[in-house]
Amino acid sequence: MTKFSVFITISLTFWCFFSCKEILPKGLDDDQILDGTVEGLTEAELIQFERGDEAFREVFVKETGLGPSFVTASCVSCHAGDGKGHPFTTLTRFGQPDEYGNQFMHLGGPQLQNRSLPGYEPESIPLGATFAKFTPPANTGLGYLEYVSDADILAMSDPNDDDKDNISGTPNYGHIPDYLTKKSDAIPNNDKYILRFGKKAAAYNLLHQTANAYNQDMGITSSYESIDAFTLKKIEPEITVNKLNDVVFYLETLKAPIQRNTNDPIVQSGLMVFKEIGCEKCHKQTLKTGKAPIDALSEKEFHPYTDLLLHDMGSGLDDGYTEALAKTYEWRTPPLWGLGLSSDSQGGAYYLMHDGRARSIEAAILLHGGEALFTKTKYESLSASEKAALITFLNSL
Amino acid sequence: MKYTLVIPFLWLCSFLSGQASSQSSATFLIDSSVLYLNSDAMYRRPFLGNNNLPVSIGGYLDANTSYGATNGSKSGIGFAMPDLTLILSTRINKRTSFLTEVAYASITGKVQLRHAAIDARLHRLINLRTGLILNPIGAFNQNHDAPNYDFVDRPIAATTIIPAIFSNVGVGLFGKTGNSKWVLGYEAYLTNGFNDKIIDNTLGRTCLQEGVSSFENYSGKPMFTGKIALRNRYAGELGVSYLSGIYTEHDAPTTGKVAVLAVHYTGGFLRNRLLIKGEIAKVSVDVPTTYLQTYGNQQMGGFVDIIGTIAQTSIWGFDHARINIGARLEYADYNKSKFEETQGTIFEHSRAVVPCISFRPNAKSVIKFNYKYQEQIDFLGNPPLKTGSFQLGFSSYF
Repeated sequence: MTKFSVFITISLTFWCFFSCKEILPKGLDDDQILDGTVEGLTEAELIQFERGDEAFREVFVKETGLGPSFVTASCVSCHAGDGKGHPFTTLTRFGQPDEYGNQFMHLGGPQLQNRSLPGYEPESIPLGATFAKFTPPANTGLGYLEYVSDADILAMSDPNDDDKDNISGTPNYGHIPDYLTKKSDAIPNNDKYILRFGKKAAAYNLLHQTANAYNQDMGITSSYESIDAFTLKKIEPEITVNKLNDVVFYLETLKAPIQRNTNDPIVQSGLMVFKEIGCEKCHKQTLKTGKAPIDALSEKEFHPYTDLLLHDMGSGLDDGYTEALAKTYEWRTPPLWGLGLSSDSQGGAYYLMHDGRARSIEAAILLHGGEALFTKTKYESLSASEKAALITFLNSL
Repeated sequence: MKYTLVIPFLWLCSFLSGQASSQSSATFLIDSSVLYLNSDAMYRRPFLGNNNLPVSIGGYLDANTSYGATNGSKSGIGFAMPDLTLILSTRINKRTSFLTEVAYASITGKVQLRHAAIDARLHRLINLRTGLILNPIGAFNQNHDAPNYDFVDRPIAATTIIPAIFSNVGVGLFGKTGNSKWVLGYEAYLTNGFNDKIIDNTLGRTCLQEGVSSFENYSGKPMFTGKIALRNRYAGELGVSYLSGIYTEHDAPTTGKVAVLAVHYTGGFLRNRLLIKGEIAKVSVDVPTTYLQTYGNQQMGGFVDIIGTIAQTSIWGFDHARINIGARLEYADYNKSKFEETQGTIFEHSRAVVPCISFRPNAKSVIKFNYKYQEQIDFLGNPPLKTGSFQLGFSSYF
């Protein structure tokens, strides 16, 4: 019995050690996850990426500056796995009914801080203010979008629909804060610059977007955005410039989502349908970056399925709220890359369109109106197999 | 205010009682006339009570190594010494004793005073304990010595739902009665409690461990911890414990309550060749409705250990060595709520299964080999983080 037990013990131990490669949980392939860096970063850049990743996961508490009113306590809680957000972290903006500016800045606009530390009252939407809800977007591949040149964006725009294809994309323009460095290839228009990030394309670059998000989402002031969202008074920075810049670098250098099943004939025929019915007129398959300060992002071709322009999406998606020069019914074309992985960051479900109202890819297509009405009608007239191929293709992104 | 009067009074009573009976030959470190309970564990360590010296000193060492991977990302081989614990006990007189436990953890690099209390026996059913007290919530907190377990890691629920090792300064009573077949015991303490880090911490979820403030009375009100345990010689021990306190500052605009209800079971069968240990705890915390939903107001978790002896004989010169196999199943739900926005379930779960094989050369020591498979699901319910790790550990009293 003793010898047998010892034999069993030793055998089991060796068996476990030698089979550990089989037992240990395997990772997902690169095309199944959104996390990861762009290719070609230097050693120093990889170190900064890691610092930014860590800062992105930091959970703020009252001692580190959270709130006192806020939407959430960390970047990662809105962008789990760097993917799209959930209705839990969907934020609300209010107070700007037209392109002439926000009328409710003195009452806490533009963003609602709907949560608060114990002992403080959260904000509520002021009487008479219109509002819209914004579901957090995925934050992958943003560096590529940042360095698309203004000239390329303008080349895709067609504000007067000169080509008579019913699509009249236009860039959003706005004044930008002093702390932002203007791009060397910027093409301003009456001291206003092309904006490209956000649902309404109201942020100039990722620094602008990130400094605002710390301030408005978490109540964290920086030397860039130093007005406290609760008291509306200037206060000492609650995050260092270095840490904020690390997060910006992290966002810039997160890899672009990798398309899956590209050799699948159904995916390939879905791409054909995508182009034939006119989706690609706004959801541009291929863009390229101009000169970028990060070599890995400089002059690269990529496939985001966006034109970074504003489009009239019809009355069904008009929430009566807007930002910068966009009309209330205009929305920036969202990139479609990573669409098929959305549910992996949204709790196993889909919450698509700007406020998460579409619970499936097909529902999102059917919500398109305005300039996209013609394309939506074409989609409705497709055969069942063509529709399935299109959805399969979109799921592969 | 009333507590500031009661505590010195009780202490004075116990001191006088101890002085008055100092000539008695009775010992109460372990009341050996009745069965043992989990709450006796601190006085049942092998080096205590078996000599005639005025002071007993000992402790235990717990060290391990592990190799694993999380979602394919390998951790490499690491070595850790979760516990080097020194325990000192002395009998002040025949009715008064002192025991302290000091631990060094290599993971935190900190030395922690876990227990330092004076016990005074007024009556078999009325013993006074004061000092830094291990709160009697569940069974694991008081019976936490690594050599007593065949698993390398402490149970998830007994460390992250209930804090571990959880002790606070305070005072209270304990006692037990019974015979050779049955024993009934109780404990009731008033101690310092939690602070508001329970719901404002860098984990981003409700966590009692984050709010432990053993030496500070943050809320200005004492926390109550009580336990009743019943043991039958054949059926094992069943206990119910309850904790209730305030975690908000005494001048806070709203009062935040925290409560924990725990049930534990410990049983040995087939002449202790089959051991079953289990514990389940439910936590309730007042979380302001305007605060983050990631901080849940309900938590629940538990574990069950099943250990069987497959060989008990002389091995390598150890006369009563044992080889055990077993498994631990464990689960912790850090947020038992629904999203206000979608009415969908908030997840924030952790669950694990841990098969083990262990070699016990004697009652004081154990060499343990585990494979731990754990899944952690975030609060949205996204695909889990899967961790698998091989763990080899050694724990021994000295």
